[in-house]
Amino acid sequence: MGLKTPLYDIHVSSGAKIIDFGGWDMPLSYGSQLEEHRAVRRDSGIFDVSHMCAIDLAGPRVREFLRRLLANDVAKLTVPGAALYSCMLLPSGGVIDDLIVYFLTENWFLLVVNAGTRRKDLEWLAEHAAPFGVPVRERTDLAILAVQGPLAREKTASLLSAAHRETALGIARFSGAAIDTWFLARTGYTGEDGFEVILPAEEAPAIWRALVALGVKPAGLGARDTLRLEAGMNLYGNDMDENHHPLESGLAWTVAFGAGERDFIGRAALLRARTQGCEQLVGLVLEERGVLRDHQPVFAEAQAQGAGIQVGEITSGTFSPTLNRAIALARVRSGLGARAFVDIRGRRHAARVVKPPFVRNGKALIEL
Amino acid sequence: MSEHVPDDLHYTRTHEWVRDLANGQVEIGITDHAQEALGDLVFVEVPEAGREVKAGEACAVVESVKAASDVYSPVSGRVAARNDDLVQKPELLNSDPYGAGWLLRVECGAAPAHGAFLTAAEYAQYVKEAG
Repeated sequence: MGLKTPLYDIHVSSGAKIIDFGGWDMPLSYGSQLEEHRAVRRDSGIFDVSHMCAIDLAGPRVREFLRRLLANDVAKLTVPGAALYSCMLLPSGGVIDDLIVYFLTENWFLLVVNAGTRRKDLEWLAEHAAPFGVPVRERTDLAILAVQGPLAREKTASLLSAAHRETALGIARFSGAAIDTWFLARTGYTGEDGFEVILPAEEAPAIWRALVALGVKPAGLGARDTLRLEAGMNLYGNDMDENHHPLESGLAWTVAFGAGERDFIGRAALLRARTQGCEQLVGLVLEERGVLRDHQPVFAEAQAQGAGIQVGEITSGTFSPTLNRAIALARVRSGLGARAFVDIRGRRHAARVVKPPFVRNGKALIEL
Repeated sequence: MSEHVPDDLHYTRTHEWVRDLANGQVEIGITDHAQEALGDLVFVEVPEAGREVKAGEACAVVESVKAASDVYSPVSGRVAARNDDLVQKPELLNSDPYGAGWLLRVECGAAPAHGAFLTAAEYAQYVKEAG
């Protein structure tokens, strides 16, 4: 028996297949994972992501603390409500977790971190926040709903009063706003437009039911994984972890080295890695039939015998419902050509090396 | 969730079904329980006609969005036919596991011996206990 979100009973009564995820009993799917995936690409879907951990950081030195803690620079957050994606690093550059930080007021930032890393994140935060006099408060009173898809914002906003609706629909991409008891953010993990609604736990069941009544399809962790992979978004534990730094995880864009005025934890190690060169995370599209899976080995040559040296490994692989092809993220040595070969059950299959994302806003970005 | 277990088929503990075609051939597929557990099927690899299969050995692979799973041949013999519709429509395994979602037909000479497989009632009980 794992931890349960405020929506657990709804999931069970909706016929969800429940699985353990980071110690939580979460819905894998409510029937067909493919239908849930397609609903998000074409219309709208709703995910319970209340297992993710919301953390309040408060105090006059909170921004200073976050500039030390995070590889991305919260100095970029100038407008209240603005959000930033960042990794939190070990001194070695290894990724402790990836997270979203929301700038609420100059004295108050909100972090949303992964469920499976909650404990170590809270410990790390507490240790490093103390010198800045920043209290770390886990918000177990909140639920988080991700409403995603081309029609998601409109449907979510329709639950609000006219004045609030206007505010909600005026929220810029990767930004949020406090609306009554909600914090409504235009963020997500699917490659579609939409909202993540952070709200009091006791309000979550009614909002869930109201959105489902509007035709928003309940979607589970299965669809969440295929959607995020199509969108070229990393999954912590698969595509990066404490042994792999952002530069070899396709996350160089999230590292704000700056001119040296900011010494974030892990900076020195990343500078060394940048100078020395490192592996890279690439996208793969299987040219043949089959399905790419986590940990399949990647080769530069088609032959199974001879000089074939393994050049990397798939970190996340799946079948893309939008492309109707297998896709993957793979960590490979730099300089790999336009084609690679993946070992599936002892036979090498050709794959194209591409730059993720594979799909955005309902459209394939890869020509087949 | 109640899963469908037709009375006229034989079953294995690895969730295959066997239909006696009464011409020295048997038809093989995966059960409703198996497709339900796997979720949306997206890829199927089945041996071509003429290949030999051995009872208890992996003879096919079915892959859902979630995972790949081996299918074990319930009988020994030569593959007489495979279901090529599954190449384009692997979802037939989900929608009609005992009909249009059949995997292969195997020439095995004799009709399946009684006692070699689970009956429908035994299989239903087995799934219930395992679940």
